[in-house]
Amino acid sequence: MSALLNIGLQHFLILSSVLFGLGLLTVATRRNAVAILMGVELILNAAALNFVAFSTYVHGLVAGQVFALFIIVLAAAEAAIALAIVLSIYRHFHSIDANDTSTLRD
Amino acid sequence: MNETFTAAVQQYKTINWLWLIPLFPFLGATLNGFFGKKLQDRYGKKVPHAIAIGMMTAAAIVAVAAFIELLKLPAHSRFLLDSVFPMIHIGKFHVDMAFAIDPLSGMMALIITLIGTGIHVYSTGYMSEEPSYWRFFCYLNLFVFSMLLLVLGDSFVIMFFGWEGVGLCSYLLIGFWYKEKKNATAGMKAFVVNRVGDWGFVTGLFFLFWGLGGSWSNIDKHYYPDLAEGGMPRYNVAVVDEPAGGEEAKPPAHEEALEHKGVHHESVEVGPTVVFRELRNQLSITAENGARPLADELLKKEVWGIPLVFLIGLCLFIGACGKSAQIPLYVWLPDAMAGPTPVSALIHAATMVTAGVYMIARLNFVFVMSPGAMTVVATVGALTALFAATIGLFQYDIKKVLAYSTVSQLGFMFVGVGVGAYWAGAFHLLTHACFKACLFLGSGSVIHGMHHLTHHREHAAHSGDDHGGEHDEHGAAHGDDEHKPRPQINDPRLAPDPTDPQDMRNMGGLGALMPKTKWTYLIACWAIAGFPWAAGFFSKDEILWKAFTNHSTLVPGWFIWALGLVAATCTSFYMFRSYYMTFEGRAPSAEHKEHVHESPPSITGVLIALAAACLIIGPLLGFPSAISHREPLLAQWLEPVTNLTGAYLTGARAFADNHALEFAFMALSIGVATLGWFGARALYKDIAATEARLASLRVQYANIHKLVFEKYRIDELYDATFVRAFTKGADAMAWIDANIVDGLVNLMGTLSMGAAWISGAIDKYLVDGAVNAVADLTLDAGRRIRHVQTGRINNYVLGVVVGVIILVVITSLV
Repeated sequence: MSALLNIGLQHFLILSSVLFGLGLLTVATRRNAVAILMGVELILNAAALNFVAFSTYVHGLVAGQVFALFIIVLAAAEAAIALAIVLSIYRHFHSIDANDTSTLRD
Repeated sequence: MNETFTAAVQQYKTINWLWLIPLFPFLGATLNGFFGKKLQDRYGKKVPHAIAIGMMTAAAIVAVAAFIELLKLPAHSRFLLDSVFPMIHIGKFHVDMAFAIDPLSGMMALIITLIGTGIHVYSTGYMSEEPSYWRFFCYLNLFVFSMLLLVLGDSFVIMFFGWEGVGLCSYLLIGFWYKEKKNATAGMKAFVVNRVGDWGFVTGLFFLFWGLGGSWSNIDKHYYPDLAEGGMPRYNVAVVDEPAGGEEAKPPAHEEALEHKGVHHESVEVGPTVVFRELRNQLSITAENGARPLADELLKKEVWGIPLVFLIGLCLFIGACGKSAQIPLYVWLPDAMAGPTPVSALIHAATMVTAGVYMIARLNFVFVMSPGAMTVVATVGALTALFAATIGLFQYDIKKVLAYSTVSQLGFMFVGVGVGAYWAGAFHLLTHACFKACLFLGSGSVIHGMHHLTHHREHAAHSGDDHGGEHDEHGAAHGDDEHKPRPQINDPRLAPDPTDPQDMRNMGGLGALMPKTKWTYLIACWAIAGFPWAAGFFSKDEILWKAFTNHSTLVPGWFIWALGLVAATCTSFYMFRSYYMTFEGRAPSAEHKEHVHESPPSITGVLIALAAACLIIGPLLGFPSAISHREPLLAQWLEPVTNLTGAYLTGARAFADNHALEFAFMALSIGVATLGWFGARALYKDIAATEARLASLRVQYANIHKLVFEKYRIDELYDATFVRAFTKGADAMAWIDANIVDGLVNLMGTLSMGAAWISGAIDKYLVDGAVNAVADLTLDAGRRIRHVQTGRINNYVLGVVVGVIILVVITSLV
């Protein structure tokens, strides 16, 4: 129980690993472009969580938090651009299935 | 060097406008050559002849100015030099583009420009119906330019430029009506025969240059006392400013002479040179004891045991033979009559053919050193004079008669220069230029008149076929019997071709229709036959007298004289024969009266001017000293040019005062001229009456007549030997070319093709194979690997994950 109550670094690491794993799984398995974007968001947030956790427990400074802020801003920007791309893919292919956009392969 | 040398160093005056004389005709030729056709098409025929005559007049004016300038100088300094620019300076060989006028070339320049201008004027009338009028005047001006270069050139090189230039123009003008093959062939013949002569000229020049030490070796050093370091050797000489006696040709006996006259010292360059003046200067160097170091050195030289001076003279004479139509190279001149008649007058009578005589007169100081060469010149001249005169006896083509007459008269000139009577040779050159130009232009006037008649007859004969309007065949339409099968005596082919405007048998009685032409022709006949007062009397007589009295040639003088005398008889006969056959002989027929008219003033005016010249220049310039007891004017004038020859010509003194003999000779000359005249008169004055007698004479002496009529078959001989030999040689060369040379070339081609095939195979299979194999491999690899790129993001992500896992595992293991 104490392990549960005394929340430490490893908890955060486990959480971020789970988040990362879920994100990776989403990116690797889903074919919907929006879903893949969501997976990417999970991966980014897992990384941000790691930054904050390490900053708090190991370093003791706020550099990690600043990184997290940057990551969030970056993720927002990325999402905006990625959604715009998805939109134009949809307009062109009438689908947002990532496998349908493989015309460059041939 | 303690000896004192003297020399007759040529004093000269430098002027800078002499180059204008040849420039003007050159400009005229350029203008007419490049723009003549356009100008003629746009503005008519006036423009080309205005350009040509204008340029000729300008050149004549400058020439006269130069002559006046010459007259102002003291006799022995009469030499104007104009060095325009340095041309070639290689080692000892120095050539400048330089022009010089001395009494001899001054005389020539006047003949060329004045008679040339007259003939240009004449041509405006004679050639008026010619379509390519501009071309004619272009060539004519170009000829005058070349001839002036020949005459005015200060060195052999410039002279040779002119020498070749006149040959070219002669070729162009003989073949002026080139559409007829016969004319083109005649031009080619002239060119080729002249080439043989040019070979002689150049060889003689090389011998001379070499003989003066031009072998670029130091073996000759010993006879140059003042061999300067790195420069031309020099002699310091005393120069007598003005020898007192014009006649005294020997350098004055030293001591007293040097005291009495103005003397200055000069240094004379010696060694190889092509400049006439320098050549003459160095050959005139005389030591106190009378030795001439350079002349003696030249005399001593031998080539293959033959004296070099003789070889030089002989080679230069071959050159002169080619240009001046002497045996054996005379054959081109009669054929050259294929050209328009003004050309025959200007080039083939008055100027170009005298170039050889001029050259020998110019080099008198060289020729006089070799009695052998002089003998050759005089003997060949005398033989040619007689030989050509006999051929002239039986010719029917009026221009052929004049052509053989020209050859014969040139022979007389060579007799003159060959026996050392340089002024007499030059004088005959001058008088011949006048009377032969007059005769040719007179014959041209007759042909011009006759052309209308024969043209009419031709139309009548070919009334069916339509080739009228061609006026350019006159002067070219005469029958040339050289290359036809030999005519038999009394053969119908001997009968006149009624459409030949030059056949004298078609003429007769033209005197009444063309009075001006008749009288000028008659005056020129008097002049050439040598009747007193007319020009030929003085010049021919002087030559014959000098030939008789000369002691320089190796054959006796009387022999040359006798040949000349017989030739003179023949001359008189054939000239009056041509006169009677053309202008008298019979009453003009109605047909003649209808079609033949006197020529326009441009033609008759020139004829009258030349006839007047024939009457004036003889007594004016060459009045014999036997009567006047003074040197003839021309002899005085030319004395500075020939004054070096006196030291070598020792003969003639024996007869110098024998005036009685000279008068007897004059009487004899007049006698033979009269004999020829009366002979011609008896046979041809009234042809209707004498026809039967002429025919019987022809039969009686059939063999001789046939031989002479066919010109001794020299052309056939040359055809059979040289022409055939060269044609055979050319055929052999062509065979070698076609089989051996081409075979080698083809073999090389085949070999190259084989090598190329091998090289191509290597390229195709080895090099290309390697390249293609690399490409194929790459393609194949690509084809296999491209399956990795599925285009599915999921696969890529999987790849990334797997890769990361592998990396992690590896890092943790290591």
